[in-house]
Order: sequence, then C-alpha cells, then structure tokens
Amino acid sequence: MRKAALFVCFLFTLSASAQERPIAFTGATIYPISSSPISNGVIIVHSGRILAVGSEKLPIPAEATIVNMKGKIILPGLVDSHSHLGEGSGGDQSAALNPDVRIFDAIDPMSDGFMRALSGGITSINVMPGSGHLMSGQTVYLKMRKGKIIEDLLLETRIPGIYGGMKMANGTNSIRGSGPFPGTRAKSAAMVRELFIKAQSYKTKIADAGEDKSKMPPRDLGMDALLEILAGKRIVHFHSHTHYDIMTAIRLSKEFGFRIVLHHVSEGWRVAQEIAEAKVPCSIIHIDSPGGKLEARYLSPTTGRELEKAGVDVAFHTDDGITDSRFFLRSAALSVAEGMSRDKALEALTLAGARMLDIDHRVGSLEVGKDADFTILSGDPFSVYTRIEQTWVEGEKRFDLSDPKDRAFSTGGLQVYRSALHVHCFGHDDDHE
Amino acid sequence: MKLFLYTIAVLIILPISTNAQIAIIGDTVYTMVGPPIAKGVILIENGLIKAVGKTADIQIPKGYTVHRAKAVTPGLIDGRSVVGLSGKLNVSGDQQQLEKSSPIQPELRALDAYDSEEELISYLRTQGVTTIHTGHAPGALISGQTLIAKTKKGKLADVIINPAKMLALTLGNDVSHNFSSPGTHAKGIAMLRDELIKAQAYQLKKADADSTKWPEVNLKMEALSQLLTGKFQGLIYANTAVDIQSAFRLAKEFGFPLVLDGAAEIYLFTDEFKSSGASLILHPTMARASGDRKNLNLGTAALLAAQGIPFSLQSGYEAYVPKTRVVRYEAAMATAYGLSRMDALKSMTIHPAKLLGLQDRLGSIEKGKDADLVLYDGDPLEHLTHVCKVFIEGQLVEDLCVKK
Repeated sequence: MRKAALFVCFLFTLSASAQERPIAFTGATIYPISSSPISNGVIIVHSGRILAVGSEKLPIPAEATIVNMKGKIILPGLVDSHSHLGEGSGGDQSAALNPDVRIFDAIDPMSDGFMRALSGGITSINVMPGSGHLMSGQTVYLKMRKGKIIEDLLLETRIPGIYGGMKMANGTNSIRGSGPFPGTRAKSAAMVRELFIKAQSYKTKIADAGEDKSKMPPRDLGMDALLEILAGKRIVHFHSHTHYDIMTAIRLSKEFGFRIVLHHVSEGWRVAQEIAEAKVPCSIIHIDSPGGKLEARYLSPTTGRELEKAGVDVAFHTDDGITDSRFFLRSAALSVAEGMSRDKALEALTLAGARMLDIDHRVGSLEVGKDADFTILSGDPFSVYTRIEQTWVEGEKRFDLSDPKDRAFSTGGLQVYRSALHVHCFGHDDDHE
Repeated sequence: MKLFLYTIAVLIILPISTNAQIAIIGDTVYTMVGPPIAKGVILIENGLIKAVGKTADIQIPKGYTVHRAKAVTPGLIDGRSVVGLSGKLNVSGDQQQLEKSSPIQPELRALDAYDSEEELISYLRTQGVTTIHTGHAPGALISGQTLIAKTKKGKLADVIINPAKMLALTLGNDVSHNFSSPGTHAKGIAMLRDELIKAQAYQLKKADADSTKWPEVNLKMEALSQLLTGKFQGLIYANTAVDIQSAFRLAKEFGFPLVLDGAAEIYLFTDEFKSSGASLILHPTMARASGDRKNLNLGTAALLAAQGIPFSLQSGYEAYVPKTRVVRYEAAMATAYGLSRMDALKSMTIHPAKLLGLQDRLGSIEKGKDADLVLYDGDPLEHLTHVCKVFIEGQLVEDLCVKK
C-alpha cells in the first residue's frame, strides 16, 4: 500500500517539476565532485535529471533554454548528513531505546524551515530524531522538493523501501541516570548489546519458523527495524564525541555487524588511525569553540584534516539548529583553514554525505543520469563574501536570491520564519543534543 | 650549575623582553583611523604604540625585533561576553553567570566571580580578542554587574581594566523561564520600576547633609544608585519590538545611560534609537534565531552601518555549544550579508572601545595607545585566514601560525 502511494506521488513530483525543454547552464565553473572541475563548463538538465555535463564544447540541444552563468560556481546540491529540520521529534522520555519510533511520522512537510536548507545550498538531508537517547529512532532522508505530504519529500536509498537510518548515541548525551536511562557509559553499552542480542534471537526465530506461520514470533516494530540494521539495509548514525566513545561505537558495530556512520566525532583527531582501520565513515560538525558540554571539551577544527590524512571518508553536517543550514559552506571552509584539502572538503559537503546515506546513486555529484540537484554560487565556495544565488532540486528552481521572498529566507527578519528551530533544553545543564 | 645560570639568564631576559622594542610590518595596516595603510609599520615601545605610518616614512630603529604580516588590526574587543563567569565545561561549578535566587540582584559583582584562568578566555585570545567586556549573563531582570578585562594571562589585578562597568538587565521571555515571577513582561517592568523608585528615595536620603539621617547601607540600593547617577550604564538585553521599546521607556523615565544588548528587532527602531542617545551591542550574527531572537535578520549589521548607527559586536551568552562565540567570525558573517569590511572591523575595535569608554587606550592603532595588535596571514575576515600573532601591551601572547 505504501509502495503504491509512493509511486503515485513520484509521478506527481515528476510532472510538477519536469521541464518541457532541457535547460543548459553555460559559462560557470562546474565542480562535478566525481571528476575534476570544469571551467567555462556546461550542464544540461531535463526532466529532473542531469542530461549532460562537460566543457564549453558540449553540444547543446537546439530546443534547450540557455542560461548564462558566466563567473558563477556550480556545485552539486549539498547533502546534510545530520539535520533536525522539519520540526519533528523522535523518542520521548519513556525509553532510552526507541527502534520503533519514526521521525517520518512527526515531520511537517510544509515547514518553512526547509527554506534555510535551500538558501544554504542544501538539497538532501538526513533528518534525525532525538536527542538524548541511546537510540532515538529511525531517521529519514528527504529531498528539498516542494511538497505537501511527507511522501513528496522522501528520498529512497539504494535499497528499495529504505528511506532512512537509525539514530544512536553514546557518551554524556544519553546518560541521565533516571527512569529507563543509563547512568554510566558501561551501562549504556550493555543496554545496546542486550537489544541487539534480542534482535539476533528474533531473527533466528523468524528463520527457524520458515514457512510455518504458527512458529513466527509476534511482530515487533522495533525488532523489525533492527532486522533491517542487521541485514545491512539500514545504516546506524551514531552520535559520538570522545575518543573512547568513538571506539565503543565501533566495537558495537563490529560485534553485531551493523553499518555505522559516526556523527560529530569531536575527538576524531585523537583516533583518526583507528577509525581508518575500522573503515568507518565520519560525519563531522564545525563548532566555533570547544566545550559547552563535557564530551565536547576537546573538540578541534583539525578533525577534518586528521581524518582525511588517515584516509577516512569524511562528510560535514549542520545538526540544524545547532549550526544554521544557511552557513553550511562555512563549516567546510573552517576545516580547509585548518589544512583539510579543498577537494576533500567539497566532497565532504556533497558526495561523501550521499555515500553515508546510501543515496549516492542519485545525488552528491553532477553526473549524467543523476538528479538535477545543484546550487549556484557567486564565487569561491570557501570565501566569506560568496553568496548562494540559486538552488535547484530535480530541475526545479527552489531558491533564488534575486526573488525578494526567497531572499527574506536567506536573511531572516520580522515574521519571515514561522517554523521553530530545533533547540533542546537551552539554558539548562541537561542539554541532550 | 648550568641550570642555575640558565635560570638567572631567563630571569634577566624576561623583564627586558616585556619592554622589548618591536616593529610590525603589515601589507595592510587597519589603523581604524582613516583608510588602511598599505605597507605600514608600527613601532612598539614599553607596551605602547610609539609610531605608525608607511614603511617609506618610518625608519625602524636599530635593535627592534621585526614581525611581518599580511594584515594587522588593533586587538579585537568583544563588546559583550560572559566568559570567565561562564566556563567551558558547562557543569554547574563553572557556570557562575546567572544567580537564580532572585530576579533583581544588581549588587552581584562580576569581579567576585571572574576566573581569569578560564580556558575560554585563552581560547578567545587565540582568536585575536585582547579585551572583553564580560560578566553576568542575560536571564534575570538584573543579573549583576559586568567588568572589562584584557585577555592576557595573569592575576585579577593585572588583567582588569574596569571592575564594574554596567548593570546587566534583561527584558523578555528569558526572565520568565528562570523565575516564577515575573511571569509577564508588564510585571517585569513594574518590578524594575519599583526597585528604581526605591533607589531614588535612597539616593535622596543619602543626599542629606546630616549623615545621621542616611539610611542603612543597602548593597542593592547602592548598585542601583550608581545606575541612577550614570556611573553604571544600563545594559539591557532586549530583542523583541515590545522589549526594545520598554528599554527606551525605562531608561528615559530614570535617566540612566542605556546600552542595548542583543536587539534582534532593532531594525524596526533605527530612528528611535538615534534620538535615544543609547549605544548598541548587537547580537552575534550567527545567534540562533529562536525564542525572543526568532526574527533576527542577518542583514541588520549592514542596515545599521548604512544608517550611520555605530554598533559593537559580541560573543554573547551561549547556554550550550558553542560555549562562546568569536567576534571575528560574527563580524565576518555580517560581511556576507552586506556589511563592509571596514564597518565589520570597526564593530570589534573602535566602536566597542568608544562604547566602553576606552577610546584613549584601545580600539585603534595610534601613537600612545596600548600595543594590542593582531597579525593575520590574509584578509582578517576571510574564512581561510588565520590569526597568526597576538600582542597585548607589546607582548607577544600568541604565536600560532608556526604550527600550521
């Protein structure tokens, strides 16, 4: 049933966004990410997809509309691998482990908060539930299309029927020491291990039952999601800051064989080699000063550089509203200032994030056949003076700085945004982000 | 024996180095008085600026140690911070910026809580901040006093420039989150007016020539009296249109000097602001647009500059991450939304120096001023530029680019 509904809305989206004629953007410097930058390049989009990318010599179909972008920079639509846009929440205070909870069910698809992403050049986001749980719930991958119902925004992974990952956390984030919450790190790990052992046994029971329905265990929503994790279909997005919490997260992923992306990774600079050896990708955040909570006391803007040096796949994220989606490029720039390569930093804003969400078959680079998601900049992506001028999603212009309505979303102001920022518990000691 | 001689040598050299004669050559020197000097040189002696001008015009005397940089600015001044009271770890022990036992406590002195060794202060210094106006945070009707300090290492007596500068007031919803009363904006104003009227009466009694008729010393009334006499400025954290107007009204009724803090919706009141005689410490550009700051506009700094309104930028108070913001980053982001480079630099140098009454000592590169200087390897506002060296009173306190 859900599949049918999705199919219908897919058609709807196509018809709404498909251009009658191809559009060719000429004159810009294009960063395909998957290949070297093309100066004075051409990119042609049609029906929501990329028809061709190349040099000025690329033949442009006669019927195409030509848009001169001389002097501009074109990047793939940015991928934010960890966001809280959409005004949803995940698990509540009743449990520390919430595998059954879907952020999908809580998001306002018409939230104007998504305009922050678009005005920041972001076209794909991983919306995380939470925070403050060992397992906050199922995440959802969204495309910044114009939508009315949540299905309009869904972004399917390489695995059919999978539209998100699972949010987990360790360290001080979920240590509350009351109710169902752990009081220590060791207890946190033990609770996670117990849950996964239960899931392994659920899996065995289902396998043993085979065709015999009478032997099937009663259906368990949380266990169903964990089965997807054990099968490698659903990626675990694991909030982890300190070097030992990072190693614990890796240890758990090895024990149960689940795919993991480390998030935040404040002390990644201390265990970069170990992360590389474990072949675990990292989605990192730039925060302007260390501290703010115990587990972030040693955070360093050198983490991007150190992870790159060690050979780790690195992406950036906003954690919006921890940092603002409109400043996403800046996060990468500040890692470049600390010695991360420009190429790797651009990849970390786009293709690397797409890989970490299993959506790189559709987004993250400018390649023929991929979704026509891109953002047009006035200049160097890492200069403070550069503005994001346009953002396109599947061949449709979704943000245009020259349009006063869109411009308002890029600056904010009186009654511009109706949506609330995702800001937990500010002003208290018990922040759980 | 060798070690002993070495120690002696260090002891002898150290005092000399503090009075070292230093020359700084910059491709661009932003003096903040007049246009930037291309190929400029600054001479430093005894912790003060001895001369500044073009390299062609100034001979570097013999014996001067020379430092070079792409760009040089005055030491940055953070117009409103809480570091030193609010610490990096964000655990109860290092959060001294807001006392919640009562919503009006003007008697709380920042000096009594300021930890000059706090790591966030060192952190700001590595970011080019040499002077901070810091103290009690927003969150109470009157949370306490503020102070001004240099960010150099040292004991309180060595670093404090002004131990008691302003009273920190807050109007708006943040107060009601922290206290059971006031629960409304109107009640908050009534409570403030009530205390200020008491302070007026207290002042009047103390004006009596017959000191036997003076009231008993009351710390709260003493502090409020200093506001009424104008010794303290009233630093009012107010963001919404309602609260900004209340701040104007309150300052006018009681005749105290007003410094607006935050002021997210100030863009609605630029005319009123100009005629009010108030000063402005604008919210950080990247402050979260939530709560009372929901309507903040990233273009406000540019708008104010265009209207000729001087303003200072601030790191402000953060309850969570980042535990402190950095004025250079905040000024830089304001340029992305239309503020000129010069106006951005002014907002963290000469404007806060004037606002804090320190324009004779700080805020520009001029003869006789403190040799507080920041050296950069590029445009001071660019993302990819580094603060390479920081001088405070002629001493090299940060030397950072060697590591990179």
